[in-house]
Amino acid sequence: MSLWTLWYRLTSPKGFTYFATACIPWLALGCLLTLAYGLVAGLYVAPADYQQEDAFRIIYVHVPCAFVSLLIYSALTVAAITCLVWRVKLANTFVDAAAPVGAALTLLALVTGSLWGKPMWGTWWIWDARLTSELLLLFIYCGIMALKNAFPDKRQGSVFKNAFVVIGSVNLPIIHYSVAWWNTLHQGSTFTLLGPSKIAPVMSQPLTVMLVAFSLYAALMVLLNMRNAVLLECQRARWVSAWLAKRKR
Amino acid sequence: MTLLSFLKMGGYAAYVWPAFGSVLSVLVYNSAKAYVTYRMLIKRLSSMSETRHAPYP
Repeated sequence: MSLWTLWYRLTSPKGFTYFATACIPWLALGCLLTLAYGLVAGLYVAPADYQQEDAFRIIYVHVPCAFVSLLIYSALTVAAITCLVWRVKLANTFVDAAAPVGAALTLLALVTGSLWGKPMWGTWWIWDARLTSELLLLFIYCGIMALKNAFPDKRQGSVFKNAFVVIGSVNLPIIHYSVAWWNTLHQGSTFTLLGPSKIAPVMSQPLTVMLVAFSLYAALMVLLNMRNAVLLECQRARWVSAWLAKRKR
Repeated sequence: MTLLSFLKMGGYAAYVWPAFGSVLSVLVYNSAKAYVTYRMLIKRLSSMSETRHAPYP
């Protein structure tokens, strides 16, 4: 099977539904296992930080939320461009399905950051470059969700929404490099995926596992939401009856 | 480490537990919501499929 054939199969509603149904249980299992391990290792096994003491443990939920919120937006940008250029319908479904997941994780990154900031900085919030650009990301996600149903013509709405996603991607490098470009209260990167880590392995290992867990969770949620949307849209299609019959067996 | 000292989180319990609690509750709520929507959709599609294949009265 050529790569193009595989692409066409996966981007067809039928092919996608079968693919998602096969992937969802494995993603859920992987997410549960990594999340359980990450929580135990982060809350119990990892030692307290010499400066921040036990408050540093918030890193195990704050960093994965912030990382995956950016990861989802990067994927949204690729999907929006795919939808605008090649008019792949499933890419538009992806944008609709992933935006609420990204918004929830961005909100959680802000809430957990605030809970970490209070004991460390002495304040819940500061108009710092990193915090403000992350808040802007939340507003952009909300804008994408609002644009979904803002136009009576669905096609026109989709074009505006996807163009908005592409324009909003300007915020991604600003969030990432804000701690390097400006003198901020938010600490610089202590953890990089490819480069050497600035924190001890006993502390960085649970963080890596939590990053994997949150990435799996995001993939799981996007697939669940997309499958729901595809089934709702194609409810009268013949393949849906066949898929239902196969599911019951 | 005793259970009490673990729960106290070195005096930062008021920040650590709400952070983990809020994240886990949102993760569970979102996945439960998507799953319930899926179950309802399957129910609806099954009833539609049965009506479609029912013999003409």
